[in-house]
Amino acid sequence: MKVGVLALQGDFIEHVHILQTLGAQAVEVRKPEQLGDLDGLIIPGGESTTFGKLAAEFGLIEPLRAFCASGKPVWGTCAGMIFLAKDVGRNQPVLGLMDVKVKRNAFGRQVDSFEQDLDIPALTTAGNGASRPFHAIFIRAPLLESVGKGVEVLAKLDDGTIVAARQGNLLATSFHPELTPDMRFHKYFLECVGKG
Amino acid sequence: MADPTKIVEIMEAVTIPVMAKARIGDFVEAQVLEALGVDYIDESEVLTPADEENHIDKHNFKVPFVCGCRNLGEARRRLGEGAAMIRTKGEAGTGDVVEAVRHARTVLGEIRRIQNMRPDELMRVAKEMGAPYELLKETAELGRMPVVNFAAGGIATPADAALMMQLGVDGVFVGSGIFKSGDPAKRAKAIVEATTHYNDPEIIARVSRGLGEPMSGLAAKQIPEKELLAVRGW
Repeated sequence: MKVGVLALQGDFIEHVHILQTLGAQAVEVRKPEQLGDLDGLIIPGGESTTFGKLAAEFGLIEPLRAFCASGKPVWGTCAGMIFLAKDVGRNQPVLGLMDVKVKRNAFGRQVDSFEQDLDIPALTTAGNGASRPFHAIFIRAPLLESVGKGVEVLAKLDDGTIVAARQGNLLATSFHPELTPDMRFHKYFLECVGKG
Repeated sequence: MADPTKIVEIMEAVTIPVMAKARIGDFVEAQVLEALGVDYIDESEVLTPADEENHIDKHNFKVPFVCGCRNLGEARRRLGEGAAMIRTKGEAGTGDVVEAVRHARTVLGEIRRIQNMRPDELMRVAKEMGAPYELLKETAELGRMPVVNFAAGGIATPADAALMMQLGVDGVFVGSGIFKSGDPAKRAKAIVEATTHYNDPEIIARVSRGLGEPMSGLAAKQIPEKELLAVRGW
């Protein structure tokens, strides 16, 4: 299994290390031709306007849209979620593919970052099937204000705020599973990649 | 610390994280910056130190700190005080990358060296470096800093940034290299692009074209020892 990690900026190396630990071949993607033979793609955390500017400058926007349209699994974490969304509430270059409305920096600035255990039913199929909470790290995180009809909500905070969702082959999380030792979210993603 | 008016103005103008500088050892300036809501604090040798003996106890803050270092011992002392990120000191304001290269090579070379050491040898090195043994052991086991490791101080061109990245840092800080150049916006963009594509000389060549005047440089070697910024802090 060959999985790309968009490496324009942000915490791509943390995703690469987890993918390698799980036995997948991980490829850092900075140019369109590197998307060619990938089975799946992760768009990491980082800074979404920087992703947008660099992706536009290096001709990646349309190839990334085509990759997503091919049906191969694509997962955005934090800034990656913003980059996948159709509506980010302001004008900035994004892929605009997931039928969701995102609010950037929704919880505040850096000092308002937090960690919280989440119940994520979808993860019970990943790993050993045991149901236990997933420890989620939110750093200057976005949230999903609303999702369209074809979008499945995967996780919410206690107050109902949507923080993870899936639309067909597109997966998005407000938080950073790449920063915790719990690899169930990556296993879940690789299971999606395995199914094609 | 800059005037809070200016800091707040910058925070309101951008959607990206904002870092502000506090003087070495000035924990009240750091409290003020945290109260203003800045995203990171650089406890920086670029400002006149407030304390010649002690750095800020950074464990007392929620806002993350970055600190400068010239070698692994200094890096580990700052992490011991609670820094969340590390950078080279380099020699800020010169446009001369030589000190940043020296500091990065020293830190990264020392990490490579301690990886092959026995525990008894590591204890001796911990004494020599003035670094806590347990923290040094952690670095040896990881084979890298347990935090993000930046290059800073004297970076002025896209090639400088890519050089630091190829040496093995995780990112670069550029200040006067951009803001004192002839066309700051264009140079900033080029340096960012060269940092992303640091292993691609063709892209670095392309983005390096026509950037206008670089900042007017100053050789770090010409600066008298007592005027160097990198010797501030310990």
